[in-house]
Amino acid sequence: MLDGLTFSSYLFIVSLGLTIIFGVMKVLNLAHGGLYAWGAYTAAFLIGRAAVAGWPDWAGFPIILGAALVVGTVLGWALEFGILRFLRGRDEALVVLATFGILLMLEDAIMAVFGTDPFFAYQPMTYLGHVDIGGIARDLYGLTMIGTALVVAVAAWAGFKWTRFGKLLSTVIYDRELALTLGINVNRLFLGTFIIGAILGALGGAYVAPTTSVAPGLGMEVIVVSFAVVVIGGMGSIPGALVGSLIVGLVRALAVHKFPEYELFVVYVVMALVLAFRREGLFAPAKVRII
Amino acid sequence: MRDRTPLWLACAVAALAAASFFIPGWLLNQLLFAFGRGLAVLGLLVLWRAGLVSLGGALYFGLGAYSVALLQRAGVSDALGLVLTAATLSAAAGFVLGFLLKRYRGIFFAMMNLAFSMILYGATVKNRSLGSTDGFGVAQPSFFGVVFSEPAHAKLALFLMLLALGYGAMVLVHLYWKSTFGWLGTALRDNEIRVEYLGYSVERVIHIKYTLSALLGGLGGGFFAMGLGQVDPDSMLNWVASGELLFIMILSGPANVAAPFVGSFLFEVLRTYALDIAPLAWQFIIGATLVLLIFFAPNGVWSLLARPFVRKS
Amino acid sequence: MLEVVGVSKTFGTVSAAEELNVGISAGEVVGIVGANGAGKTVFVNMITGYEKPSVGRILFEGRDITRLHPREITRLGICRSFQVSQVFTSMTVADNLLMALSVRWTTGAAMLKDIKRDSLVREVDALLERFKLVAERKRPAHQLSQGARKLLDIAMALAGRPRILMLDEPTSGISTDEKFEFMNVVMGALAKDKVTVMIIEHDMDIIESFVSRVLAFSQGRIICDAPPREALSDPDVVQYVLGTSHAGH
Repeated sequence: MLDGLTFSSYLFIVSLGLTIIFGVMKVLNLAHGGLYAWGAYTAAFLIGRAAVAGWPDWAGFPIILGAALVVGTVLGWALEFGILRFLRGRDEALVVLATFGILLMLEDAIMAVFGTDPFFAYQPMTYLGHVDIGGIARDLYGLTMIGTALVVAVAAWAGFKWTRFGKLLSTVIYDRELALTLGINVNRLFLGTFIIGAILGALGGAYVAPTTSVAPGLGMEVIVVSFAVVVIGGMGSIPGALVGSLIVGLVRALAVHKFPEYELFVVYVVMALVLAFRREGLFAPAKVRII
Repeated sequence: MRDRTPLWLACAVAALAAASFFIPGWLLNQLLFAFGRGLAVLGLLVLWRAGLVSLGGALYFGLGAYSVALLQRAGVSDALGLVLTAATLSAAAGFVLGFLLKRYRGIFFAMMNLAFSMILYGATVKNRSLGSTDGFGVAQPSFFGVVFSEPAHAKLALFLMLLALGYGAMVLVHLYWKSTFGWLGTALRDNEIRVEYLGYSVERVIHIKYTLSALLGGLGGGFFAMGLGQVDPDSMLNWVASGELLFIMILSGPANVAAPFVGSFLFEVLRTYALDIAPLAWQFIIGATLVLLIFFAPNGVWSLLARPFVRKS
Repeated sequence: MLEVVGVSKTFGTVSAAEELNVGISAGEVVGIVGANGAGKTVFVNMITGYEKPSVGRILFEGRDITRLHPREITRLGICRSFQVSQVFTSMTVADNLLMALSVRWTTGAAMLKDIKRDSLVREVDALLERFKLVAERKRPAHQLSQGARKLLDIAMALAGRPRILMLDEPTSGISTDEKFEFMNVVMGALAKDKVTVMIIEHDMDIIESFVSRVLAFSQGRIICDAPPREALSDPDVVQYVLGTSHAGH
């Protein structure tokens, strides 16, 4: 159960980025998986170096945050400014395929930069040690992940409600045409949104890095599940991302415990079921009538 | 202006058939794989023309492949029988799923297809009797009662059969695209409301196209399995396999029924060379090619090549 | 020919149409006027099958069409054009008409035959002539001017050879000086077929010039049903409808 929540937590952070990007830009950015992977690798690499250089274990935390910010901003900027902005207005399916192409490039680039061996960067995790819950020793780190996800959720909610940029984003998500006629600088808005989304993606990866072996293929794995989460929750919906990640996280944890063989495919069964009953996901924004 | 496309196609196919007697075995194999996939991509193209992209093309491709393998295990050995049954089974599956899927569009249609293909993938991988991730072998089929002692002859016979059925498929789809029903695909992509208000059910159009797409996918998968000599989930049912089919579709473009076959062959060539030269950079090459294609040739390589010869079909 | 009997439509607690009772006879040209939200569109949508009345029935040539799907209603003989023209944007004008004719008149296995059949192509040419769209025949629909698009939309509706043609704000978006010419082309094209026409319009000059009967809507009810001159001087109509329309110029 707790495992499920932990999984849901980092899934939420990643999916939040994905859904925001979709909500504002109408782009289902598969390259998001690449941001996750780069965040994870950068963090793992730096933590490893820090340990070798004799830094204390807790230094991992600022490294994680820093890595996420840097990777998210740099890659996010590069992708949006360098590639995606030229694809605006094209057929949705083609743009998604283009982002898939970018994902492949990012994944491969990781192997070129970091090599194919897995990374282990467990220092922050050992620093926090274990905690006894219900008789089972749990990694405190996993719990902090849940905490972080909550912080992100609250920050997102607050950001949307109270900051000018946040309110702008909400408007664009719910009524794009209206918002765009208000004379907003679309390029800047999209760039900002993309970077925020990218940072979230990278943060998910960076945070997860200490808990697992960071190996090639990381980005693919996460995007496949994250994609499903966003579709289940309703694309562009933030509460949807929250509920979606909770559902997927818990279902998957259940599957891992009871039917470990069906792990990935369970996610897809859930998605098929949800879509069968709610054609556009659970919290999809309402559509405008034409007639 | 008479439509000469079936004639051109016949010439090309005849030339290939003649050439197949002389080309080296490895090339024949490449062609077998390429054209098997090409059939499946043709199926995806039928959907793309109606504005629908399926992220789960491997569902029917894999279904066709495994059907052939399982039928063989059960004792059927005739190549034509195998492949036609596989196609029929896939079409039936498509027909059934179509009842659900005809209601979806855009990314949701894509995802639902992906979901079902991944569900089949998961079920197959976990199934011991199907060999899990290793899959199992497909023996050499017989051809109208003839069992070739030389595997190379069997491959040749298979290829010729593929060419024959492929030709049939191409001509039929070509004629289909010129018919009212074929045009309805483009129409509904442009404006579903108008189609309904002209008096036809959009969902019915999608259902039928979906079934056709499944049939072609299964046919292609069946040939692929026999060409490869084995079935395994990772090369035929995984979302990566679906991705490959889509990549070929983008590479080929929607212009022409022969495009998927040409594109598929290009893909095969690209893959072989890339894996040879830079096995680790394979993903990067595919990714970069995909992005470049979408930027510069969204109508596929065909549109780039065919520019000097633009003709109405 | 068309009878609307006791029709009401509520969306939750909002009443969009109340107690509508109207009969339309063959050959009439009926204008439907009213402020935005007065119920005109709901009225037309219910007749064409996009919405279903909460109460009441709609009969067409004696047949109850209340619960039928729009495509069935189209095939029975009621076709419509749209306020925002609904055409096949990537196809040429001629192909749009070819599509319209072919969808409506080909059935079953014939749908798998080549669409460019001589008989259909000739009808396309005829329609292009009537709507003065011959010059545009090879132009992709998304490149058409607003007026040409609307003509195409109406022509496509006419391809169904309907008994009743419903035109939803045909002149909206067309500049004032071009409206009359536009309507002349439309009504001229329709003259040959003796179609009953129902037109939703805001422009009272158009109404006066082309229509033989006016149905004025306000707040979901028909407040006046009379020939144009009478209707436009009716005090209720003046109060509830004209104040919000473009009268005179």
